[in-house]
Amino acid sequence: MAFVFNQFVTGLASASSLFLAACGLSIIFGVSRIVNFSHGAFYMLGAYIAFTLSQYLSGAVGFWSAIVLASVFAAALGAAVEITLLRRIYGAHELLQLLLTFGVTLVVEDAVVLIWGPSDLLGPRAPGLKGALNLFGQPFPTYDLLLIALGPLTLIAIQLLLRRTHWGVLVRAATQDREMIAALGVNQKWLFTSVFAIGIFLAAFGGALELPREAVSHTMDLQIITEVLVVVVIGGLGNVLGTFLAAVIVSELNAFGILIFPKISLVLVFLIMALVLVVRPWGLLGQPEAASRTASGLQVMRWSPLSPRGRLLAAVVIAAAALMPLVGGNYSLTVATEVLIFMLFAASLHLLVGAGGLVSFGHAAYFGLGAYGAALALKHFGMATSLVAGPLAGFAGALLFGWFCVRLSGVYFAMLTLAFAQILWSVAFQWTEVTGGDNGLIGIWPSAWAASAAHFYWLTLVLVVIGIALLRVILFSPFGYALRALRDNELRAEAIGLSRHRIQWIAFTVAGAFAALAGALHAFLKGSVFPDDLGIPLSIDALAMVLLGGAGTVSGGVIGAALYKTLSIWVVSETDYSKLAIGLLIIVLVSAFPQGVLGALAAWRGRRAAEHGKGVSP
Amino acid sequence: MKTLSAILASVTLATALSGLGRPVFADDTIKIGDINSYSGLPAFTEPYRKGWQLALDEVNASGGINGKKLEVVSKDDGGKPADAVTAANELVANDGVVMLVGTFFSNIGLAVSDFANQKKTFFLASEPLTDAITWSKGNRYTFRLRPPNYVQAAMLAEEAAKLPAKKWATIAPNYEYGQSAVAVFKKLLSAKRPDIEWVGEQWPPQGKIDAGAVVAAIAETQPDAILNVTFGPDLVKLVREGNTRGLFKDRAVVSFLTGEPEYLDPLKDETPEGWIVTGYPWDAVTIPEHAAFLKAYQAKYNDYPRLGSVVGYATLKSAAAILAKAKSTDSEKLVDAAEGIRIDTPFGKIIFRKADHQSTLGTFVGKTVLKNGKGALTDVSYRDGAKYLPPESEVSALRPQN
Repeated sequence: MAFVFNQFVTGLASASSLFLAACGLSIIFGVSRIVNFSHGAFYMLGAYIAFTLSQYLSGAVGFWSAIVLASVFAAALGAAVEITLLRRIYGAHELLQLLLTFGVTLVVEDAVVLIWGPSDLLGPRAPGLKGALNLFGQPFPTYDLLLIALGPLTLIAIQLLLRRTHWGVLVRAATQDREMIAALGVNQKWLFTSVFAIGIFLAAFGGALELPREAVSHTMDLQIITEVLVVVVIGGLGNVLGTFLAAVIVSELNAFGILIFPKISLVLVFLIMALVLVVRPWGLLGQPEAASRTASGLQVMRWSPLSPRGRLLAAVVIAAAALMPLVGGNYSLTVATEVLIFMLFAASLHLLVGAGGLVSFGHAAYFGLGAYGAALALKHFGMATSLVAGPLAGFAGALLFGWFCVRLSGVYFAMLTLAFAQILWSVAFQWTEVTGGDNGLIGIWPSAWAASAAHFYWLTLVLVVIGIALLRVILFSPFGYALRALRDNELRAEAIGLSRHRIQWIAFTVAGAFAALAGALHAFLKGSVFPDDLGIPLSIDALAMVLLGGAGTVSGGVIGAALYKTLSIWVVSETDYSKLAIGLLIIVLVSAFPQGVLGALAAWRGRRAAEHGKGVSP
Repeated sequence: MKTLSAILASVTLATALSGLGRPVFADDTIKIGDINSYSGLPAFTEPYRKGWQLALDEVNASGGINGKKLEVVSKDDGGKPADAVTAANELVANDGVVMLVGTFFSNIGLAVSDFANQKKTFFLASEPLTDAITWSKGNRYTFRLRPPNYVQAAMLAEEAAKLPAKKWATIAPNYEYGQSAVAVFKKLLSAKRPDIEWVGEQWPPQGKIDAGAVVAAIAETQPDAILNVTFGPDLVKLVREGNTRGLFKDRAVVSFLTGEPEYLDPLKDETPEGWIVTGYPWDAVTIPEHAAFLKAYQAKYNDYPRLGSVVGYATLKSAAAILAKAKSTDSEKLVDAAEGIRIDTPFGKIIFRKADHQSTLGTFVGKTVLKNGKGALTDVSYRDGAKYLPPESEVSALRPQN
């Protein structure tokens, strides 16, 4: 009995610490609808800055001032980021802000290593709270008791702030209906900046509070960001009380879960999230998002199929690509093959994001299913069969998961796709007998006729060109038009009889199948498959490619992939600080081209044509 | 619009890849390709780089490889196996390296070793610890320097068997390294001490340990002794929670890798005492070859060596010795030269075994102690890997039969 109580209280301490890290994100999302990927980075920065300050300020006053000062400093940095970077792109697609925060995260990850060095840093314990109290005969750290108190206290403070101050009224109004509050004359800019700053303050505060419990390391942000996102979604985006409840549920289930299944921690949060979202689509205490009054501002220009001139040029490009093996060495061919594979992957995601308006955070799940499907099929069959087995596996997975996912919309849809991707990942990670666990499957090499770099390149070129062509055909088919209609105005589309669930489900499945084809090819290119191929970083990369190319254009995915993949391969080859370089690149590209590179080019062309008095021909 | 995108596509591909061109070979230098997780684990890989740079200077200062200058082209793998394979491809196809060395994580080591097997390139894996690299997924072209999980588990099991403890609990990160470390340790210890009972186990996810819950769960099973396999930030959290909750009081603790400076130094004055660990007590090594290494390293870098430094140094020295013995850069000749070769390292002489291409490099086993507010090792002795590896006659059964 004493043990159960002790474990319960331990779970509360973890819950508090998780809540403190997550509440800021809930507030930021609730108001500005930004999924702030950099939340973990600021959490980490708070810890690092608190560490440095604690080396200079001593004593009880010094320790706590260090924590508060660090949070304030981080909040100031966050406000600076918001003012200089995020404000420019508020008018653009919501995802651009997500991508920008992702770029900020990458920059911060390398920056902390550059500033504080590579080693883990151990900060001091809290003065006066270094020991343990005897609770029911078991020693319990006093600092953890403080954390347990701080959690609800912060919750109460936030609720007071939101309900008893004028600022709080504005924040709650903005959470409910952003467009209306702008129409009523509230200065949105300062509201958003203040919300972002407060959210970052809370994140950094959460990070700084971890100083007495763990070492400050440059992987802290990755450790916390998925948990934080999940907890916020389970609770309901924008609802801080929901976040608290979710944190308690997740931590307690973990504290007791590990007594029965010690390995459950790997996947527990995602199982809970998947369960909650299937049963309560907006999280425990969340509200359905207010219906958008305007049609989605996604489209930049009219989409139309290739004109005859366009087709000719496409043929020329493909012919040029086919001739590459005559001029390129082995390495450039393998790089080109990899770029082609990612072009197909991004094109499949573009069907979902650009045409369907469905943002998926877990598209790598189908890429990975294709890779594993092909790898497992290779044990018994040849390469050709494996290249069919992979897409079939992706098709099956997308069929199954898609049905659940498309019942939701917006960020909840995205998080459910992430949950399913992570569940698949942890299955691949743990099911060592079949998938090899994290040691993966190796020896996945193409058959002799496709083994040379040139032959495999041609094989990939043929399959990728067919894949992208098919995706375009689907895009301009009646189905594609229906999909876009649902994206642009769901209410009207359903009014004329289009079934949202069915059409989006089909789109999800098709996208999954093509992603799986890309995954299967990738397995043969690298000769191995690892759980990484199902992981979140790959999903985010795909999203980055689509957004950088321009989600509002037809070929955005393809061009974005070519650009992003080529650049990132080159950057990783040139420097150890590739994250810094790629992060900066993303920030620059997103700030300069909010509609994506292709979108910006098209807009420029449109302006030029208008200046010359011609009509715009897309 | 579509024409624009078509043009852009071709231009992107063309310009980006034209620069990658064809490989260029120079006749008077021999190039080695090094791949490691420089961005992913700088705490280990920065000392590793310093180690091989020191060795490279020494090799070139004493005449290079049969008169030719030795050069290292180093690439980061970003902590991802797919990027490591890209790096390996670039090194082999573009930079004209004659062999590959490096990697840290086990999954990256496996990916590169498979690549090396496919492209018939010599690969010396320096740090990956998974037994699979030389056994269940071993191949002709892959050699490994560091003592694998099996050896470290055997060393610790030997010490653990001497303890009176009968009830054991394990805490290990939930991935292949942790799983195999626990499995081998259990097997070897139970073989020596059939009376031992395994009363509890915890598998926190790597990097995300909920230390309070794990410590409480383990304490509840009331073990006499604990096996710990966590390292890095997880270890720090575990030590802090464990110390505060009294988990380690009156309990023996056996821990993998904790004695290595990369993992011991961050603990500072909270280093738990009396833990039986594998590690590297850089200031207390009595092996004669080490003194020269230590002096040169400190002179060049004004810093003390970490275990990564020794691994980097020994890796490059081994590569140089293999190239010198083979008198050729052909992979087959390198493999033949490497089998059975004896190399001098800061830990003494090692041999790369013919049967499984595993080196006999060992490690130190000792007890943790607090000295001047920092962690250090006492009762420490070097254990030769050769003593703990299964005999060569047995290992061929463990390798793929083809």
